[in-house]
Amino acid sequence: MNEMIKKQRHPRALPDQSEWTFELIEQAHEEIRRVAENFGLDTYPNQLEIITAEQMIDAYTSVGMPVSYNHWSFGKHFLSTEKGYKRGQMGLAYEIVINSNPCIAYLMEENSLTMQALVIAHAAYGHNSFFKGNYLFRTWTDADAIVDYMVFAKNYIAECEQRHGIDAVELLLDSCHAIQHYGVDRYKRPAKLTLAQERARQKEREAYVQSQINELWRTLPRREEEAINEVQRRFPPEPEENLLYFIEKYAPLLEPWQREMVRIVRKISQYFYPQRQTQVMNEGWATFWHYTILNQLYDEGIVGDGFMMEFLKSHTNVVYQPPVNSPYYGGINPYALGFAMMSDIRRICENPTLEDREWFPGIAGSDWRKTLDFAMRNFKDESFIAQYLSPRLIREFHFFSVLDDDNNEKLAVSAIHDELGYRYVRQQLADQYNLGNREPNIQVWSVNTRDDRALTLRHTQFQRRPLNQQANEVLKHVARLWGFDVHLETVTPNGEVIGTMEVKREKRARNS
Amino acid sequence: MTYLIDRRLQGKNKSAVNRERFLRRYKAQIKDAVGRAIKGRSITDIENGEKVSIPVKDVGEPSFGHAHGGIWESVHPGNQEYQKGDQINRPKGGGGSGRGRAGNSDQLTEDDFIFELSREEFMNYFFEDLELPHMVKTQLAATTEFKNQRAGYTVSGTPSNIHVLRSLRGALGRRIAVGGNSRKRMIEADKELETLLLEGEPLDSPRVQELKKLIHHLHTRLLAIPFIDPFDLRYANRIKVPKPMTQAVMFCIMDVSGSMDETRKDTAKRFFILLYLFLKRVYDKIEVVFIRHHTAAAEVDEDEFFHSRESGGTVVSSALHLLNKIIDERYGAGSWNAYVAQASDGDNWDNDSVMCRQLLVNTIMPKVQYYTYVEITDGPPQNLWEQYAQIPDHHAHFAMQKIVTPADIYPVFRELFKKQPK
Repeated sequence: MNEMIKKQRHPRALPDQSEWTFELIEQAHEEIRRVAENFGLDTYPNQLEIITAEQMIDAYTSVGMPVSYNHWSFGKHFLSTEKGYKRGQMGLAYEIVINSNPCIAYLMEENSLTMQALVIAHAAYGHNSFFKGNYLFRTWTDADAIVDYMVFAKNYIAECEQRHGIDAVELLLDSCHAIQHYGVDRYKRPAKLTLAQERARQKEREAYVQSQINELWRTLPRREEEAINEVQRRFPPEPEENLLYFIEKYAPLLEPWQREMVRIVRKISQYFYPQRQTQVMNEGWATFWHYTILNQLYDEGIVGDGFMMEFLKSHTNVVYQPPVNSPYYGGINPYALGFAMMSDIRRICENPTLEDREWFPGIAGSDWRKTLDFAMRNFKDESFIAQYLSPRLIREFHFFSVLDDDNNEKLAVSAIHDELGYRYVRQQLADQYNLGNREPNIQVWSVNTRDDRALTLRHTQFQRRPLNQQANEVLKHVARLWGFDVHLETVTPNGEVIGTMEVKREKRARNS
Repeated sequence: MTYLIDRRLQGKNKSAVNRERFLRRYKAQIKDAVGRAIKGRSITDIENGEKVSIPVKDVGEPSFGHAHGGIWESVHPGNQEYQKGDQINRPKGGGGSGRGRAGNSDQLTEDDFIFELSREEFMNYFFEDLELPHMVKTQLAATTEFKNQRAGYTVSGTPSNIHVLRSLRGALGRRIAVGGNSRKRMIEADKELETLLLEGEPLDSPRVQELKKLIHHLHTRLLAIPFIDPFDLRYANRIKVPKPMTQAVMFCIMDVSGSMDETRKDTAKRFFILLYLFLKRVYDKIEVVFIRHHTAAAEVDEDEFFHSRESGGTVVSSALHLLNKIIDERYGAGSWNAYVAQASDGDNWDNDSVMCRQLLVNTIMPKVQYYTYVEITDGPPQNLWEQYAQIPDHHAHFAMQKIVTPADIYPVFRELFKKQPK
């Protein structure tokens, strides 16, 4: 992209105009697809949808899904987004892309042709290939079924509203949302289901689950010797990390439809779990590819200088990382870090320095496409950073690590971008992206099956960090779902209980 | 395989339900906000949306999270001055251990959740207290009415609007105009040929042949003129015009003697607003005149009308005299429709009430379209009420009502709304 004498226009060159038309979008998409294919990007089929700004706000609101059930919290989200947008306080995201098959990418009608091309390269090829390739998405999400599942969920919940009233449904959803981040299986793999199977299974489940619960809470006296044997047994036998799953399966008073709704929230939460774990990678990957693809188009002469200037302007805005002392600083920009790391891996492959050869003997000088592809497929943010963050990037970003220990009077700088600090900074940054550290570790510890049916949750403290003030509110929601008292014990990593919180529940008070 | 789909036309207002759910959940707070807004607004400015704010803690969705405390180690970019081992003072913005971005994690920046109610939503909340019948609500909340009106013809439009007669007439004219010259020449040639033939010219003489050729040529030319051309098409033109309206003047008369307290004034304000809204539907231009009175009446601006305090006794007729004077001076000559809304707590000097009735019956009522009176009190009726109660016998366009809550206001206007169906 350096020669000034590129006078000959490419026969398929895009016109220099900012207005898009359907033909031009198709043309741009065709070129992008060709280049992406040459680079070996493997994607789901694409479905590009032109939408208005209002529809974009809609899409924001319903957690980026094309369909979603109704809830006031989405309305709240809508109102605040709309307000921000109308007052010009915030622009809307250029793109929303849905991890589905075909992969749905939204193009906003007010974008210029350049921006549409950028979005297509970024979302329809970058994110799309990430969704298809990354191991977390392959394991946890089912792109074929998600849209159908959302339709099922929306209809099911609408039906519940009709049968049981909007209020009852709303209360239940409030409670489920409060612990939706604790509705995730971290280790078990969910089974793939189609819409029809899901319906059939749901009916079976209702009947089966209820019978299980009846057994668990059986009040008829058993024969004596049996009882003696069972006194020691604790329930659940192992702590359970998935609170919503536990509630769905074992909460004594929930009715079948309520269990199904808990399940819906849990499923959706599970679906978004990989996205929360791969922010840096996902955005970095998509940004890297829109940058690479559009530059390739420019080199081929398909797009002109004006196009490139506009593209580079928004690209640099996206990957800007304000330094810590800037008033705009709001933490690390995942686009900036991700893009820098992806580009850096390519650099290490193509032009390794001595330092790179020492730090990354495995990839220095290798085929960059294969190496990047491997990195995209097999890591999440935490491990990706731990594996690939190079000393050079640490220097470029001027990363430094600050220790804030409330036992000490002052903050301490624990490492900076020097020889001694590289590994330490890298490890700290990786930990910073570990969801397990970021969210309090709260699991179901035990249920008092013999007496008051109280549920005990355990918060195992990490680095002595306390729970926030909302914990009590959340606990009320758990109690509403559970139907009986709920205790929350805070324990040190050694298992020593250092605090408890409890919410009393009036017995037999349902639905309130 | 790629699909490019234009979704712009479908799925509008997908979040309308969610929005409505949100409003439903926070109804109480929103109603408060609307009530406050009505107090603060001018009567003529009632039909706008409103910004509503709700304390963030009320709309929060709680979730487990870490508060500040314990050990946090974080990596930041942009190091300029620090070396390993440097000690930094804790950033300001809250002392002690439970500070920083603690507590309510993402909710620190704003204290209130603020959003806009649309005009319709605002009006709905406003109407809710007033217990308006549904039809009246829709009538009032509707935006300006337009009427489709014919406005001649245009050269472009939709096929369904093609005006056949006009188009054909145009086509005929065009055919005549375009073919005029040829036709004239053809007729001349015809005549000449006839004479020639009559004079015994042989059929194969060059002149006859020439004329025949010419006639044939002109005939073809005439035939080639299209019967109808896109150029001829005329479309019926319809334009939207606002429904015909005239001007009205609305008089707000209120007793501001010491006994009218803040709540009563507030109720009175709603009464005035409702009349204003009604007039707004029917009239294009409305002027509002505020007359307040105790023992003497004065014309004031809106702010003073609602917010200044006076005390003393009450002489209602002083306001009526002033009303009469203003109508005669500024709104006479029959070009204005005058509406009067009077609010009072019912106190009046005994002998003044009779005078009020006479003044109304004989002088004022013939000049106004509608006269409404509300007595905001929960006590027994007093002499003014008794005198006023005789007026409907003489004039049908008089309505009065005793009100305690805003819900009682509507019956005063029942006649008014019935009489003016949309």
